[in-house]
Amino acid sequence: MSTALLIEQILNGLQFGVMLFLMAAGLTLIFGVMGLINLAHGSLFMVGAFACAAVAAATGSFWLGLVASLAAAAAAGAVIEILVIRRLYDRDHLDQVLATFALILIFSEGTRWVFGSFPLYLDIPPLLSGAVRLPGGASYPLYRLAVIGVGVAVAVGLYLLISRTRLGMRIRAGESDREMIAALGVDIRTLYTLVFALGAALAGLAGALVGALQSVQVGMGEPVLILAFVVIVIGGIGSIKGALIGSLLVGVTETLGRFLLPRFFAVFIEPSDAAAIGAAIASMLIYIVMALVLAVRPQGLFSANG
Amino acid sequence: MTREAIVTAVLIAALLAAPFAAQAIDEPFYITLATRIAILALAATGLNIALGLGGLVSFGHAAFFGIGGYAAGILATHAFNGEPLFLGLPGTNDMIVIWIVGALAAGAAASLIGLISLRTSGVYFIMITLAFAQMVYYFAISWPAYGGEDGLSIYVRNAFPGANTLAPMPFFLICFGVLCTGLAAFRSLMNSRFGAALQAGRQNEVRLAAVGIAPFTIRLAAFVISAMLTAVAGALFADLNRFVSPSMLSWHMSGELIVLIILGGVGRLGGPLAGAALFVLFEFALGGITERWQLFLGLVLLGVVLFARGGVMGLLAGRARHG
Amino acid sequence: MAEPVLDIRGLKKSFGALKATDDVNLDLKPGEIHALIGPNGAGKSTLIHQIAGTLMPDSGEVRFLGRDVLRMGVAERACLGLGRTFQVSSLAPEFSALRNVMLAVQARQGSSFRFFRPVMSDRTLTGPAMEALERVGLQDRAAIPAAELSHGERRQLEIAVALALGARAFLLDEPMAGMGPEGSRALTAFLHDLRHEAPILLVEHDMEAVFALADRISVLVYGRVIATGTVEEIRSDPAVREAYLGDAA
Repeated sequence: MSTALLIEQILNGLQFGVMLFLMAAGLTLIFGVMGLINLAHGSLFMVGAFACAAVAAATGSFWLGLVASLAAAAAAGAVIEILVIRRLYDRDHLDQVLATFALILIFSEGTRWVFGSFPLYLDIPPLLSGAVRLPGGASYPLYRLAVIGVGVAVAVGLYLLISRTRLGMRIRAGESDREMIAALGVDIRTLYTLVFALGAALAGLAGALVGALQSVQVGMGEPVLILAFVVIVIGGIGSIKGALIGSLLVGVTETLGRFLLPRFFAVFIEPSDAAAIGAAIASMLIYIVMALVLAVRPQGLFSANG
Repeated sequence: MTREAIVTAVLIAALLAAPFAAQAIDEPFYITLATRIAILALAATGLNIALGLGGLVSFGHAAFFGIGGYAAGILATHAFNGEPLFLGLPGTNDMIVIWIVGALAAGAAASLIGLISLRTSGVYFIMITLAFAQMVYYFAISWPAYGGEDGLSIYVRNAFPGANTLAPMPFFLICFGVLCTGLAAFRSLMNSRFGAALQAGRQNEVRLAAVGIAPFTIRLAAFVISAMLTAVAGALFADLNRFVSPSMLSWHMSGELIVLIILGGVGRLGGPLAGAALFVLFEFALGGITERWQLFLGLVLLGVVLFARGGVMGLLAGRARHG
Repeated sequence: MAEPVLDIRGLKKSFGALKATDDVNLDLKPGEIHALIGPNGAGKSTLIHQIAGTLMPDSGEVRFLGRDVLRMGVAERACLGLGRTFQVSSLAPEFSALRNVMLAVQARQGSSFRFFRPVMSDRTLTGPAMEALERVGLQDRAAIPAAELSHGERRQLEIAVALALGARAFLLDEPMAGMGPEGSRALTAFLHDLRHEAPILLVEHDMEAVFALADRISVLVYGRVIATGTVEEIRSDPAVREAYLGDAA
């Protein structure tokens, strides 16, 4: 096993982690501020991917597609917040789960209705195609490096937004004391819609970025959604910092586990068996990590709301 | 008899009568539909113990449903090809043995999952049960020995003493019998001391502890029992389709089981049956008209959650009363 | 002198810089009502939480019936016979008054892992539960869900639950709160006799009731017990007058 290959896998893990972070950040923000568990977050990821693929196909520009994905996901988020989600803040988690599960059915079937059942494809923009040489002789796709860059930029941007701006101040206030912030005259309904749309836009961005790496199809958001849940359970619900660290942990563990475990077992047993056993255990690895974290810290690593 | 008991009895009687009516008009497909209702109602009755009585919103019961299904598939496969399972133990095509094995396997899995997830509550519990079910799902997909992603066929439906399970009617009656047993077990549990503690824990955890009953052990036991009942339904479901695949383990399945309970009425004896009947008939009726029936299911579900809490049982039998 | 039923020694609990419980010593002897008073924010609730087991002290000792219960959870302490009522009523809201009490009877009888016999036709449960309801005067409201009872009735029900537990000591957190004058008088009379069954640690704001009932009073201010004594001693204690009665009365 060469070092170059290992570096490539680590970068893949980081890229995957960064993408999970875009999902998990929105989920955890929405939970932290509004106390809502949103299963339909994966649908917003899908909306972003479809919007990007459709606009890119129509205009020939990936960049216009990217803008469209942000706009479409944010708009979809704002619409469902106003029509449905708003009614769920005071309900118990069971109602929230069911209503957002219903939204998934509606989004998935609706998307199939509009775009058909065949996957769409999205090309990597010419500017970012090609590979970069890394120190040590490895080469790595430029686009994936760019995704990592976007993730880092979003993390920094979110940090600045929450710690330095008026909106961020209100978000932090909303997390700790809803009545207080309402009493101070902040329009809490608009704030909630904004936060929800922001989370949706991040999910849409993730969908568009991933759309260029894999096919764009109905249901693509769901596996990512569940991994994002694992991320925020590990990181602590409501904590952006926890979401970032959890994402990178899950992304790297998942990728390296799939890469290393079959090779590890090949040392002891037949290569074909090793591949099967390695793959099976690798598929469970992040859940085992989650269980271990929970066994030690039931509220996650950086719980914001105790 | 209370109004609730009457509604439940009517539902059970209607389920039993439907296949005979179908046989009379020579439409065996409806027997299969009724069988499907019975099996899904049983699975949801299992979940109703954890969710309805205990307030434990498990979003991972598909894992137990699927484990029951795979127990049926794997044991039947070994019985079919004559290869020993492990340690020289043979497979079997005896349904009763399969149910027991499925229930025990699911119970063991539920003990482990419950030990970790019941340390948390609320949203954490929902997400963790979902995540563990997903773990089982991915394991089933990546483990090639039993079909992996393609699933596993059961070539001949498993056997039940004294019945020709290949014919639709006897198989329905077996499923109906198991459902009735499951409902009786749910009812007995609901009214028992264990049920009292479990329900008190849902309403007020602090109170339960303050009288000296530890909520954790009660909940863990309920979670395990709940999983075992759902697993038996999974084994029957595999036999109904003569096929088991990772889709039985998918989170959509977990979601559907919760939906059945909500449509029918949470924590009510007749809730899962009412919900399953509504769901299967809805799927059948709308599925005949449009491919996009899930879109309408989503809209109906949204309407029920937002505006019609209490489900069918709430509509027909009024609010739940606890003695 | 009789062994104390409940004995608290050197209890300390801080939240950051705030010393919520500051080296508290407190005991409860058989047959007495020991009232714990103090201004709002004095740390009464924090102390009750540590005695009941919902909050872990930083250091100190809690002994109940001669046993160290510090490492025990809420349920375990309750099993030993620590009967607690809550400041904010804490009942199973959907259950009827009778079923709320039956839960305590069931807990007292031991295992809740019984899956078959229906509770509502089990006389070993309904009998003692009904008795406890009668003692607090709630027998006519037995079938009403706890959520539909009046505030005062819920306080009575809390006490019925503690009675049914067969408590060896009662921990009553503001049982008079929200009761009308008539209810308070009836409850005062009831508690007066209850002390002979099991001693009572009473946290209460209603000074009339406290002075009428208490054998001993401890005054808690800023997490410290500044005085313990009989009603007369407390009334005349200068430190108490200054720190508490002075600005409260």
